[in-house]
Amino acid sequence: MAFTDAVRSGFQKELEGLRAAGIFKTERFIHSAQAADIEVEFPAGAAPKKVVNMCANNYLGLSSHPEVVAAAHAGLDSRGYGMSSVRFICGTQDIHRELEGRMTEFLGTEDTILFPSCMDANAGVFEAILNESDVMISDRLVHASIIDGIRLCKAERDTFKHADMEHLESKLELHAARRLKVVITDGVFSMDGDTPPLDEMSRLCEKRGALLFVDDSHSTGFIGRTGRGTHEKYGVVGKVDIITTTFGKALGGASGGCVSGRRELVEMCRQRARPYLFSNTIAPVVVAGVLRVLDLISKSTERRDKLEKNAAYWRKGLTSAGFVLKEGDTPIVPVMLFNAKLSQDFSRDLFEEGIYAVGFFFPVVPKGAARIRTQISAGHETSHLDKALSAFIKVGKKYEIHR
Amino acid sequence: MATAKEICDTVLKYVKDEYVEDEDQELTCRTPLISGGIVDSFSMVSLKRFLENKYKIQIPDAQATPEAFDTVDKIAVLVQSLTDRKN
Repeated sequence: MAFTDAVRSGFQKELEGLRAAGIFKTERFIHSAQAADIEVEFPAGAAPKKVVNMCANNYLGLSSHPEVVAAAHAGLDSRGYGMSSVRFICGTQDIHRELEGRMTEFLGTEDTILFPSCMDANAGVFEAILNESDVMISDRLVHASIIDGIRLCKAERDTFKHADMEHLESKLELHAARRLKVVITDGVFSMDGDTPPLDEMSRLCEKRGALLFVDDSHSTGFIGRTGRGTHEKYGVVGKVDIITTTFGKALGGASGGCVSGRRELVEMCRQRARPYLFSNTIAPVVVAGVLRVLDLISKSTERRDKLEKNAAYWRKGLTSAGFVLKEGDTPIVPVMLFNAKLSQDFSRDLFEEGIYAVGFFFPVVPKGAARIRTQISAGHETSHLDKALSAFIKVGKKYEIHR
Repeated sequence: MATAKEICDTVLKYVKDEYVEDEDQELTCRTPLISGGIVDSFSMVSLKRFLENKYKIQIPDAQATPEAFDTVDKIAVLVQSLTDRKN
C-alpha cells in the first residue's frame, strides 16, 4: 500500500501544523435554506441555533426567493437534472445559450460564455487569450482565482500597488513593447469592500493601448444605478474588455460563472479555455433559476435600492456606536478589530448573541488588520440590523473596544 | 563599477519604494524578500527589469530565481557577477 503509516503521519503533522497556526478551517452546518434568518449547528453536534446571517454573499436576498425556487423546479421538470456531457459534445441546451444572451444584454457587452464557476472562468480565461508575447499586470490584492489563472498562463506577469493609478501607469510604460497588455482588477475587493477607480483605469488603458479585465463577482446585480456592476458605477459600460462574474453570490447564489466581453475573446474561450472544454457546464436547474433572477432584477431596482439603504443604515449604526470601519459604499462592511484573537473571540460571542459573522485575520488579511467582515443583504429587514447592532455593542463593551 | 554597498543601497531603496506598503516595516540587506512575502513571484519581473536597466546587464532566466533574489545582499552578488562578466 502506497499510503503507508509514514505517509499518513506526514499529513497528520501537516494538519496539526495548520491547527497550531490557527488557520485550520471548519464548517458550520446550516439546517435551513440560505436566508437572513438561518439555523446553524455549531459546534458540530450542538442543537441548531437560530441566528441572523451577516456573512453570506446573498446580497440581493434571492438565494431562496419563491419565484427563483419555482423557476428552478420548472427548469428541472422541463430540461432534466444533468447533461452528462461537456458543452461542445452534447452538453448545451437552448437555455444555456439564452442565459449567455441575457448576461450579454445585462452587462452591456458583446458576448458571454458560461463556466462551471467564476473560479473556473478566471482559471481559464488568460491562458485562452494570451501567449508569451503578452503581459498581465494585476492589482496586488486580486482574488485567489485570478492568481491561479495568471499562474496557468505563459504571458509575463507583473503587479501594481492596490488601486494605485500612478504605479499602474509606470508598469504600462515598462511593458510598452509587449504585443498585448492586460490590466487585471477586482471590481469590488472582497476583504475591504472597496472599488478601484475604473474610470481612470479605463482611460489609462486607452492611452497606453491595454485591455481591461474586471472580476465583478461582488458587484454584479447591485453595484451601479441599475445593478450592472462597477463598470456602470464608474460610467465605463462597453469599455471593459473582459468581465468575469458569478451566479454564486447575488444572482441566486447557486453556482456557475461566466466570461463576458469582446466577441472574439469570448470565442477564444470557447475554443481554448480548459475548464469550459473539459467540464460540464452549469446544471439546467440552476440556469432556469438564474434566468428568473435576471427577470426580477431587470424589471425593478427595488432590491438593489433596498440593499444600498440597508448598507448605509448599517454603516451609520456601527459608526455612531464608535466602531472603526473600512471606508466604502458597498454591502461589504469590515468592522476593524486589528487583533487576530479578538476577532475570533468577538465572532464567537456574536454567535452566542444570535449573530453569525466571521472574523478574518492574517494571512487572509494583512497582519494587524484583523476584522469581522459583515455582509449586508436586501433580505435583511431593519429589525435584523438593529438586533445585530445591539449584539455588536454588547460584545464591544465586553472587550472595551467601543466608545 | 558600483561597489557591493552601492548596489545594496540602490536596490534597498527600490524595494522599499516598489513593494513595501507599511513605512514602519524594517528592511535590511539581509531581510528575506521572496520567502518573507515582501516580493511575490508575480512582482519579481519589475525588480529584474530595474536591475537590467540600472546596471545595463541581462539576467538570464535561469539565474533570476526566487533564491537568487531572496535578499538584497544576494541580488548584489548576482549583479556584481554579471557586471564583472560584462567587463
